[in-house]
Amino acid sequence: MSLSLEQVHRIAHLARIAVSDAEAQSTLGQLNDILGLIEQMQAVDTAGVEPMAHAQDLSQRLRDDAVSEADRRADYQAISPDVEAGLFLVPKVIE
Amino acid sequence: MIESSLKKMAAALAAKQISSVELTQLYLDRIAAHNPEINAYITVDADKSLAQARAADARLAKGDFSPLTGIPIAQKDIFCAQGWRTTCGSKMLDNFVSPYDATVIERFNAAGAINLGKTNMDEFAMGSSNETSYYGGVKNPWDRNRVPGGSSGGSAAAVAARLAPAATGTDTGGSIRQPAALCNLTGLKPTYGVVSRYGMIAFASSLDQGGPMARSAEDCALLLNTMAGFDPRDSTSLDRPAEDYARDLDKPLAGLRIGLPKEFFGDGCEPGVMAAVQAAIAEYKKLGAETVDISLPNSHLSVPAYYVIAPAEASSNLSRFDGVRYGYRAPDYSDLNDMYSKTRAQGFGAEVKRRILIGTYVLSHGYYDAYYLQAQRIRRMIADDFVAAFRQCDVILSPTSPCTAFKTGEKAADPVQMYLSDIYTIAVNLAGLPGMSIPCGFADSLPVGLQLIGNYFDEARLLNVAHRYQQATDWHRRAPQL
Repeated sequence: MSLSLEQVHRIAHLARIAVSDAEAQSTLGQLNDILGLIEQMQAVDTAGVEPMAHAQDLSQRLRDDAVSEADRRADYQAISPDVEAGLFLVPKVIE
Repeated sequence: MIESSLKKMAAALAAKQISSVELTQLYLDRIAAHNPEINAYITVDADKSLAQARAADARLAKGDFSPLTGIPIAQKDIFCAQGWRTTCGSKMLDNFVSPYDATVIERFNAAGAINLGKTNMDEFAMGSSNETSYYGGVKNPWDRNRVPGGSSGGSAAAVAARLAPAATGTDTGGSIRQPAALCNLTGLKPTYGVVSRYGMIAFASSLDQGGPMARSAEDCALLLNTMAGFDPRDSTSLDRPAEDYARDLDKPLAGLRIGLPKEFFGDGCEPGVMAAVQAAIAEYKKLGAETVDISLPNSHLSVPAYYVIAPAEASSNLSRFDGVRYGYRAPDYSDLNDMYSKTRAQGFGAEVKRRILIGTYVLSHGYYDAYYLQAQRIRRMIADDFVAAFRQCDVILSPTSPCTAFKTGEKAADPVQMYLSDIYTIAVNLAGLPGMSIPCGFADSLPVGLQLIGNYFDEARLLNVAHRYQQATDWHRRAPQL
């Protein structure tokens, strides 16, 4: 299984990373080398093996439904690229 | 003083032979003299460190202190520290001054330790040579033309060059153990869930684990005592009783069963590395241990499985860097999607982008079962191999890295070659087991690391096995000439 240039553009779009044609071209070979490494897995018979998502087979811990954090909105917004009146600003999405 | 153990430093501080301000200044002076060349630190803030040192001296004067009070520790720049720039080695976070402390930082602060500065690292911990850092590579103090390993390469170089008495690292596929091996240090990756990940910038959440990097197993035990512990703010932190990781340091090794996995003693390892590892095995036999031949039959699949699972988790974790709430934002863009795409294109380096693309691909429609689920099934097989092996032995021993420190640039152009540097360490992360690297000799004047792998929650035994070896050998005491 190897990627085409068109697929690299498609994946880059899904990942929201702008790539030029030249970058996509130079990345293509390296991505295919990595996929070649991964490809070894396909020959392995894993029938009946339960996928392991996590090192500890534990269920998610629940916490009490109570306020645990102080209101530090101003501190967190002070480091944002663009805020106004307590809101994070982004380019207009809806006309 | 710079060659003293942490315990001796603490005793000197308690006896008022030296103040924390003096000790901290000693290291700040060494950093000022040598860091411009070694590049181990990204951020040093003498005023902040010295203010902490003064507070530690006040605690020492009052007799209110713990074993780390007044001792300066270098922090990998992956740990958020309030008021400190925290970059994770990336342009994306070049301007990020953390508004909060990671739990690990909070625990060091509560113990009265001094934050000596933030150490260089591969960007978002993705690398094995420290060459992917936005802030430039780190020079190995043993040979400046060589890499210190990665991703915790700045922490390793800082401690090796005695620009810090000890440091923190994080290990997702070998990022504590491999740089420890390449710089002649002792490093420990604990069992997954022992050290809180809260405020530790995420790479692959099911594999990431913080741990100590120091000059001896005894120092590592002391550091782990402070770092480890249940944290309700990390959903995968394990709620277990606190333990003293130094409790078994001096236990004799008579009767210890050391497993030697045949897959880690075959081709592909440099002869000089293998010779040093074999000499260490002979030393362990002299100390009363016995060896057992074991097999980890699926270990050759650990690198392929890792390079599906880690990028998949990274592609999800790193989606938070979008230029909206913090960090870098591209200066020019036409709409929201363009802002995201340009911000991420400009803010991330080449290796991070490659891994995000691989992760996005293996999680995408039509490939999820073939790649991601298959990798998770293989992960289970790899973990089961360890379960079977630990029925026959108490610890597992192998080389940490198949090679000594390689030349800067040697593997940078070939990602797959770079990935194979972690061939002996990755399986440990997939299984979630604790692992260490300790110095075990030199090959062509470059340090060689010995990997010790323990069963789940067997950190105290690993530290014991490492400590007894360090009582019988002096490899770990060797320091590079600056």
